[in-house]
Amino acid sequence: MTETLDVIRRFSSDVSPLDFYLILANWHLFWDGLKNTLVLLVVSLIVGGLLAVPLAVVRAARVPVLNQLAYGFIYLVRGTPLLVQLYVIYYGLSQFGAVRGSAAWAVLREPWWCALISFSIGTSAYTAEILRGAIEDTPRGEVEAATAAGMPRLVTLRRILLPSAFRRALPSYCNEVIFNLHSTVLASTVTIIDLLGAARSFNGKYYLAYEGFVAAALVFMAIVFVITRIFRALENRMLMHLR
Amino acid sequence: MDNIVAYAPFLLKGILVTISLSICSIVVAVFLGLAGAMASVSKSRTANRVASSYSTIVRGIPDLVFMLLLYNGGQVALNSLGSATGLWSYAELNQFVSGVIVIGFIFGAYMSETFRGAYMAIPGGMIEAGISVGMNRRVLFRHIIWPQLVRYALPGFTNNWLSLMKTTALVSVIGLEDIVYNGFAAGRATREPFTFMLIALGVYLLLTIVSDVALRVLERRYTRGVTRGVWR
Repeated sequence: MTETLDVIRRFSSDVSPLDFYLILANWHLFWDGLKNTLVLLVVSLIVGGLLAVPLAVVRAARVPVLNQLAYGFIYLVRGTPLLVQLYVIYYGLSQFGAVRGSAAWAVLREPWWCALISFSIGTSAYTAEILRGAIEDTPRGEVEAATAAGMPRLVTLRRILLPSAFRRALPSYCNEVIFNLHSTVLASTVTIIDLLGAARSFNGKYYLAYEGFVAAALVFMAIVFVITRIFRALENRMLMHLR
Repeated sequence: MDNIVAYAPFLLKGILVTISLSICSIVVAVFLGLAGAMASVSKSRTANRVASSYSTIVRGIPDLVFMLLLYNGGQVALNSLGSATGLWSYAELNQFVSGVIVIGFIFGAYMSETFRGAYMAIPGGMIEAGISVGMNRRVLFRHIIWPQLVRYALPGFTNNWLSLMKTTALVSVIGLEDIVYNGFAAGRATREPFTFMLIALGVYLLLTIVSDVALRVLERRYTRGVTRGVWR
């Protein structure tokens, strides 16, 4: 073990433009960052996913009024940068005395909660559009068969439309998960120590220009690789009948 | 309200930076995208491999990480390269150039996917027909491939452009004075962060709506004479 470390140390100081030894010596910093990144990713995916289902159903079923409201919300979220949305929530809301005086302030003054709120809103809008597309792609005959069998509309939604839509949405949803992972790095702009935040404080600590960013980039690539693998396995299981 | 009027020229300068950055980046992205698409449909295995690692890298690394990496590390790399080759003594990578390079590089990968898909959508029979009437490669490209490439690539191009504009917001993190940076500064100076961030949000929304409408019009022009669906 010590021998391997020695090799890495010598390689780092003599050959490599990157000081791997220093990065490994600070692994706990990146580990903490990784944990925060993954929590932000998973929680925002869960909350965003739960919000996305009703939005998508309302859009696909063209429920009057609600459809237009959902469309406006989705257009607003998708038409503006997440960074600005995050700034509006985190820096912006403090402008109002009413917000600062309310019970919600305990949540809204924390960068962590603001990041979770804005990431969840962001992913909900994109996921809703993916899901709406998948619902609308349902073969007409399946819905007609359900109607012919006397299934009420909500039951049709639950038993026929949603299960097959979720399956068909998998490949696009995989991309959305990866984009959402990319978005989580914005947390570092509101002082959260995620993977990028860890890289920034690592660079600051040792007066380095890029080492920390390279390390973070490699970890991100590994996460994307794992996400892609998970989705490929899921697709193989769930889309078997479509092959 | 008085504050908004007082800061209007300042905000306008930021808007101009955002727009020019977007335009410069999309030009870089289109060129890289065409190169990437050509590499991925080419018969050379090496070119295929380069194209696929290009999109793997862009898919794997978040945009902001790229930007900080290039802005901070690019400077060091550029200067050590200069002193190693003896070609230049000191070079500076400013925020605008860093932004254009990074955003162009990232969206070049998405563009190459779009162009590749569009190229694949052109029926092979048409290219064969062109060859059979004796068209050479240039004529074939100009009259058969290009018009259809544009038609099939436009929807993807629209999406890429819309997300590219939003991605430019990240340059505020490396200190380029775009609409987000200036809006943030104005918000802090006046203690009205909500007002000014909301203005920045509105600016992006407006830019999105305008390009959305303009590009849909263009799409309709390029799909003239194409009927979608069978019974329409």
